[in-house]
Amino acid sequence: MYEGAVQDLIDELGRLPGVGPKGAQRIAFHLLQADPQDVERLSDVLLAVKEKVRYCERCFNVAESQLCRVCADQRRDQSAICVVEEPKDVVAIERTREFRGTYHVLGGAISPIDGIGPGDLRFTELMTRLASGEVTEVIIATDPNLEGEATAAYLSRFLKGMDLKVTRLASGLPVGGDLEYADEVTLGRAFEGRTLVHV
Amino acid sequence: MPTYRDEAIVLRTQKLGESDRIITLLTRRLGKVRAVGRGVRKTKSKFGARLEPAMVIDVQCYEGRSLDTVTQTESIDPLGDRLARGIETWTAASVMLETCDRLTEEREPALQQFLLLRGALTSLAGAVHDPNLVLDAYLLRAMAIAGYAPSFHDCAKCGAPGPHLAFNVVGGGSVCPLCRPPGSAAPARETLGLLSALLTGDWVIADASDPRHRREGAGLVAAFLQWHLERGLRSLRMVER
Ligand SMILES: [Zn+2]
Ligand SMILES: [Zn+2]
Repeated sequence: MYEGAVQDLIDELGRLPGVGPKGAQRIAFHLLQADPQDVERLSDVLLAVKEKVRYCERCFNVAESQLCRVCADQRRDQSAICVVEEPKDVVAIERTREFRGTYHVLGGAISPIDGIGPGDLRFTELMTRLASGEVTEVIIATDPNLEGEATAAYLSRFLKGMDLKVTRLASGLPVGGDLEYADEVTLGRAFEGRTLVHV
Repeated sequence: MPTYRDEAIVLRTQKLGESDRIITLLTRRLGKVRAVGRGVRKTKSKFGARLEPAMVIDVQCYEGRSLDTVTQTESIDPLGDRLARGIETWTAASVMLETCDRLTEEREPALQQFLLLRGALTSLAGAVHDPNLVLDAYLLRAMAIAGYAPSFHDCAKCGAPGPHLAFNVVGGGSVCPLCRPPGSAAPARETLGLLSALLTGDWVIADASDPRHRREGAGLVAAFLQWHLERGLRSLRMVER
């Protein structure tokens, strides 16, 4: 245990995701030895992020005004919505430059063991967007793990019977790997999602 | 460093650091163990898909001071992958896994709980019975193994032969008119018959039961479970009845 302010800092850092007690201590002492201007800049951005950043009113991505950058962009295809779990998934998909539609951020995945059910995620808000009739395609892009699978299963049943094209990101083999090293779940999914080459 | 290899069911996973997870496993021989799966959240992980809830695996770990580390896994039955494809089966499986986690202690062999859980998850994935009935059958039997078997016939207090009208969760189940504490419930006779069938595995009776009695029975099972586990189960609230 350290004295007052240093220990307070270690405690606060230790509450961050992915930071253990040792890491918190290392960061705290790094900050103690850093230039005052550097620390000031860090504290400014920390405050700014809470002040300025909010959630997009339409898709719940992080935004600096009412709409996020994607929703505000007139060139984006408003007829396609890609449903993801978290804002960081938007960033990941944007990096591919493959998708020109808009997003809907659910705010997590269905996880009964963590007490998170469909009612805790932004499904109702998605329904409201679909009700406008402008959307013709929904792409489900939940995480390729079992919580993501359960969320996708729920969503696809939810969307059944609506006049929509519903697709899901293919789960497949990691690029750069050998087929023999793939686990049976991934390989099974890759078979399920195989694409037509020719008949 | 000492290593071990065992058959296991993944009970739960928790994020750790950037790309790891803490995996809680119920092993066949050693009981419950907690081990770190390194890098399993990376999409290129070789065993990330196997270290997910309700997966039945052959696992090898080395022992650490506080947590063990997973070094190898082979899939035995990827039950979780099938269970996650429906919200009902996924929720029921989650309640089973959470209950099992709560009823077992680390490093205390629990072969009966292991076999019961594996059987129940398999049955759930097989989709032959109502998932909520499979869940209640599991919960009753898991409690029975843990020593909390409720009585659905004779008086839980004095043993007077039943059937009795009154049912008391705190009192241990069915209670006779003399032992009956105030505030006891009076469930339908068919409901007690259903619960008794679920406990003994009489699926002919269970499958033929009325939705009304299933709901009432589920309520009693939930009350029983909450009473015996000092903290409530998070996943149980998610079950739609
Ligand atoms: Zn937006
Ligand atoms: Zn009695």
